[in-house]
Amino acid sequence: MRSSILQTASQYLLPILLLFSVFLLLRGHYYPGGGFVGGLVASIAFVLHSFANGTENTLKIVRYKPLSLIPIGLLIASLSMFMPVLLGLPVMTGLWFEEPIPVIGMIGSALFFDLGVYLVVIGVVLTILFTISQNTH
Amino acid sequence: MELLLVFLIGVLYAAGVYLILRRSMVKLLLGIMLFGNATNILIFLLGNIVKGKPPIIGADFKVFQDIYADPIPQALILTAIVISFGLTAFAIVLLKRVYALINSDDLDDLNTPEEEDI
Amino acid sequence: MIDNLIINTVLIHLFTAITQLIFWRKTVTQRILSVAGCFFGLVSAIRLFYKVYNQGILTMNAANWDAPFGIVFVADLFSSTLVLLTAIAGISVSIFSATGIGRARMLYGYFPIFHFLMMGLNGAFLTGDIFNLYVWFEVIIISSFVLMTLGGRKAQLEGAVKYMAMNILASTFFLTGIGILYGLTGSLNMASLALEVPKISNQALINITAMFFLIGFGIKSAVFPLYFWLPSSYHTPPSAVAATFGGLLTKVGIYALFRVFTLIFTPDEFMKGTFIVLAVMTILTGAFGALIKDNIRRLFSYLIVCHIGFMIGGLGLYTTLAITGAIFYLIHDIMVKTNLFLIAGLIRQLRGSMHMGKLGGIYAAYPKISLLIAVVIFSLVGIPPLSGFWPKIYLFNASFASQQWFYVAAILIGSIVTLYVIAKFWAQVFWKDACDDEIIVDNFQNLSKFKKGLLVVPILLMASVSVYIGLNAEVIIQVSTRISNELMEKTPYIQAVLGT
Repeated sequence: MRSSILQTASQYLLPILLLFSVFLLLRGHYYPGGGFVGGLVASIAFVLHSFANGTENTLKIVRYKPLSLIPIGLLIASLSMFMPVLLGLPVMTGLWFEEPIPVIGMIGSALFFDLGVYLVVIGVVLTILFTISQNTH
Repeated sequence: MELLLVFLIGVLYAAGVYLILRRSMVKLLLGIMLFGNATNILIFLLGNIVKGKPPIIGADFKVFQDIYADPIPQALILTAIVISFGLTAFAIVLLKRVYALINSDDLDDLNTPEEEDI
Repeated sequence: MIDNLIINTVLIHLFTAITQLIFWRKTVTQRILSVAGCFFGLVSAIRLFYKVYNQGILTMNAANWDAPFGIVFVADLFSSTLVLLTAIAGISVSIFSATGIGRARMLYGYFPIFHFLMMGLNGAFLTGDIFNLYVWFEVIIISSFVLMTLGGRKAQLEGAVKYMAMNILASTFFLTGIGILYGLTGSLNMASLALEVPKISNQALINITAMFFLIGFGIKSAVFPLYFWLPSSYHTPPSAVAATFGGLLTKVGIYALFRVFTLIFTPDEFMKGTFIVLAVMTILTGAFGALIKDNIRRLFSYLIVCHIGFMIGGLGLYTTLAITGAIFYLIHDIMVKTNLFLIAGLIRQLRGSMHMGKLGGIYAAYPKISLLIAVVIFSLVGIPPLSGFWPKIYLFNASFASQQWFYVAAILIGSIVTLYVIAKFWAQVFWKDACDDEIIVDNFQNLSKFKKGLLVVPILLMASVSVYIGLNAEVIIQVSTRISNELMEKTPYIQAVLGT
């Protein structure tokens, strides 16, 4: 079933939802949000697009296999987990830069951990959903 | 509110058990999911529900001024939901594979006689 | 004492898995990485064991949050011994997998998932937080689901559906227990729970919570009424996978039972009685199941169930002597059960079948390998100098001292049935002449010398560990006694974690 209203709307919704997901990712440390929620919103954006335009077309936009996001995200998350060990602190201790950066705010290892989670969630959700939907047709 | 949740938990557990005892694999999965949800609500209930008191310390204070909702049960539930999301997704893919292979939803059709072992 | 060494084994397996994901579909690189990762894991596990043995309990507060509030990792002697055994079993399975696992499975990510599983096992042994234990359990079961279904034969899917349903149910029970415990005490840290739980006035509710934990861990470790998923699923995946499952996964359940029922709950008379009844029934059902099975992996699966009962009984007697015996049995069992399934895989390579009726004549064709296997199965049965003998002596003594005659009888029956079954296995598979009408598919002969080595060396490695356990039993007894003293006397653990 193709609906032209949904198709047109998803064209505009995709970038907006992705931006919103980045917003959620960045505000996650002190406010509601974070890597997991952001990742879910981002993958919902792609899923909405695939509902409207078919999975093949969405895969064309994504270009890379969503599966390849998983190792990248895991690597970022586990490196940010491992960083404090090099400084002699317990694993996962939060490290923070001294000066806040405009727009983004304070940057610390927690942000990178969240970024890793964000990528892993997108990778996992898209892989699972695309696997299920591709086998159906 | 507590009483309502207690009844809800009871209904969810009962429905979950009923569905798990069915032979259909999809119903089995639905039953397991209901079971998980009942458990999540149980944890929520046991964490002492407080209405409208977020666990946030006001900007002018250093400690809590009032009773507050315990955030830990919610964190536990969130973790449990994330995990059950992954498990459920995997289970759905597994059941699809089974359906593609035996063209049936009945657990009994899946039985493999011992003679077919390698 | 804060020490990052504790978490090293977990991190090593995590990084190995990630690197392997980056080398997706490069199976040769993945194999090398896997063995290298397991090797470093082993080195780190030995260092951890050595340090814990000499310096006592180590702790690490993750993210530098203080103990009752943050997640704490604790390495006492029990945890570090199990981490060491997991590392030994892990490296053996990893070497065996290099040839024992088909290329198609490797392309679908066998090795990364295997390392995630190892990470989960190490994490579960090392954590000191009950909810974190739940999370590690989930890591373990998700990876084990994937390992179990890779390949997708019908029998495998059948096993996987049963395995999945029972294990998710077990986790739900476990989670319910955690929820009630948190509602009662407001803590998730095991050491602080150990202090809080005896203070609760409503001890009946505590007992019910304990039952939730018993059911949850009981399903996972295949204890009597809910064991059936194990024999109907462990014979389906490839042998290297079955070796990891058979040797380690059920033992995580046992570990959790020992940890929770010594540290958090103290079993009362009723609970001890329940444990004994469960142990007796587990031993008997496992033994009778093993009697009638012809497929060697189904046979070994029932033997797992049977021998789980020995350890549960040791917990049920709840004396230092009995727990020493049970811990020793655990150490011996991890080595032998992992090895048994690797042997099943090797037999499959030698003859292309795992049916005792279709097998035969291996002793005539491969005398050296047969003798190696004989060492392993003798230590399983418990022929005196080998490893299975000593823990049974301890369990026997302890059950005589506690006058639990049913348990004594069950140990006797279990041991005799094991002996009978193994004798049958030996006679049918090794001594009997090869069947004439069956076509023997000997993949082993055509393999290169290096690949043959990859199949035999892990079995040799674990067999030599078994022999070491048997011949140097006084060392293992010393370790087990220290572990059981640490388990029964919980103050040092609580002090190490909470720092007071």
